[in-house]
Amino acid sequence: MIEVKNLTKAYGNFVAVKDVSFKAENGSILGFLGPNGAGKTTTMRIITGYMPATAGTVLIDGLDIFSQSLEARRKIGYLPESPPLYPDMRVEAYLKFVAKLRGVPRGKIESALEHVLEVCGLADMSHRICGQLSKGYRQRVGLAQALIHDPPVLVLDEPTIGLDPRQIHEIRGLIHHLAGNRTVVLSTHILPEVSQICDKVVIIADGRVVLEEYLKKLPAGTSLEDIFLNAITKERHDDAASAEETLEEVGAGHT
Amino acid sequence: MKNSLTIAGKELAGYFLQPVAYVVMTVFLLLGGFFFFALLRYFEVTLTAYSAMQNPEVLQRLNLNERVIEPMLHNLAIVLVILVPAITMRSFAEEKRTGTYELLLTAPIRTGEIVAGKFIAAACFMLIMIGLAGMFPLILVAFGNPEVGVMFSGYLGLAWLAISFVSIGLFTSSLTQNQIIAAISCFGLLLLLFVISWPTQGGGGSLVDLVRYLSLPDHFAQMVTGIIDTRDIVYFLSLIFVALFLTQRSVESARWR
Repeated sequence: MIEVKNLTKAYGNFVAVKDVSFKAENGSILGFLGPNGAGKTTTMRIITGYMPATAGTVLIDGLDIFSQSLEARRKIGYLPESPPLYPDMRVEAYLKFVAKLRGVPRGKIESALEHVLEVCGLADMSHRICGQLSKGYRQRVGLAQALIHDPPVLVLDEPTIGLDPRQIHEIRGLIHHLAGNRTVVLSTHILPEVSQICDKVVIIADGRVVLEEYLKKLPAGTSLEDIFLNAITKERHDDAASAEETLEEVGAGHT
Repeated sequence: MKNSLTIAGKELAGYFLQPVAYVVMTVFLLLGGFFFFALLRYFEVTLTAYSAMQNPEVLQRLNLNERVIEPMLHNLAIVLVILVPAITMRSFAEEKRTGTYELLLTAPIRTGEIVAGKFIAAACFMLIMIGLAGMFPLILVAFGNPEVGVMFSGYLGLAWLAISFVSIGLFTSSLTQNQIIAAISCFGLLLLLFVISWPTQGGGGSLVDLVRYLSLPDHFAQMVTGIIDTRDIVYFLSLIFVALFLTQRSVESARWR
């Protein structure tokens, strides 16, 4: 469970994220959508405790990411925008290092390693040097790194970027499979990805949430693309546009 | 502590995954060998000259420690001013640039543990390197009759100096994501520690005393001559403590609102 509460982040005079709130429930996958520069990465960095918010807070399974940072961070697996690999290390050594950092007990490291190598399709790559991997494999190692401690909360910043269509298909399947009783938040700007694997969608534009809705509650017959485009253009015309209004407008012809 | 050791292990192994560590060690040992050879040669020449003078009293005063080991250690200290920044500049700057900093800061570990881990690794690297330079006095022990205690004290001084340098290097690296900036500012600070007492010549007062106390060569020279004084140990310890404290603050500042 991730609860984002009234998050605001300002870099000097520039406000990247304005009063963002949303909730991701246990066992669900939340798709975090928005045009480039909308504040997706900033929000995810705040959720994972990498940077502080100017105002507001985030609760990870009820733990505050600022005041109970260490405990909250224990629950998170995080794939940043660019996979955080040490270019000189071998895949196996790198994943073991992350496992130790994330507090996997010594006796379980070997099995955790085997498990993530298996699910991320890296079994043949464990002796390769991270810096020499292709973009797709780097992304997989990044994902393996986020999963190695079997976290209840997964935050994935554009997990399928840079992958070929077959890999995208596999990774989506993997994420879907992973969800189980975990909470997954993934950001993307590939709309079909959201309709395929997510349970809930949050759209942000210019640092504000313009839509938070369950996919199954979206008006039937409207494509996510229409909703998305409508939501972000509506945002530009009228800052105060609420999510409901946006929805009503799109769904008007169908309900 | 366990987390610090995890990071230290990864860092130390990381040094040897890159050519930088080998280059630094090679340069240090080659220059050390050159100083050793040159000083020993000079010692020999002086010895022959004095022997010709048939003056046993002067000959008695000719001392291997004073003539060879001491100047060699002083020269190596200067070499470290240049080499330490090359080793420590990566520590934080590189992590920030490649994005692995995000991995470290979102892991359930304290910033103090990150700093401690990197410090342990860099300090161990220096100890290995200085330990290898211990072959020079071993050669003297094998072929001559130097004072082992004095040489040991001198090497201990060099180790304290290197470890203090390393903590200053970590600090400058934690301030930037540019390795060159980290290295140059570290180099500047280290050099400043060497020359800081220059303007205090002939002066008095508490400020002058303070500046004199900060001057590194005085404390180092003490140990090189074989005097292990708690005041010098306290000096090095406080240097390390202050630099690591500032590093921890600088890393922690990423979390300040």
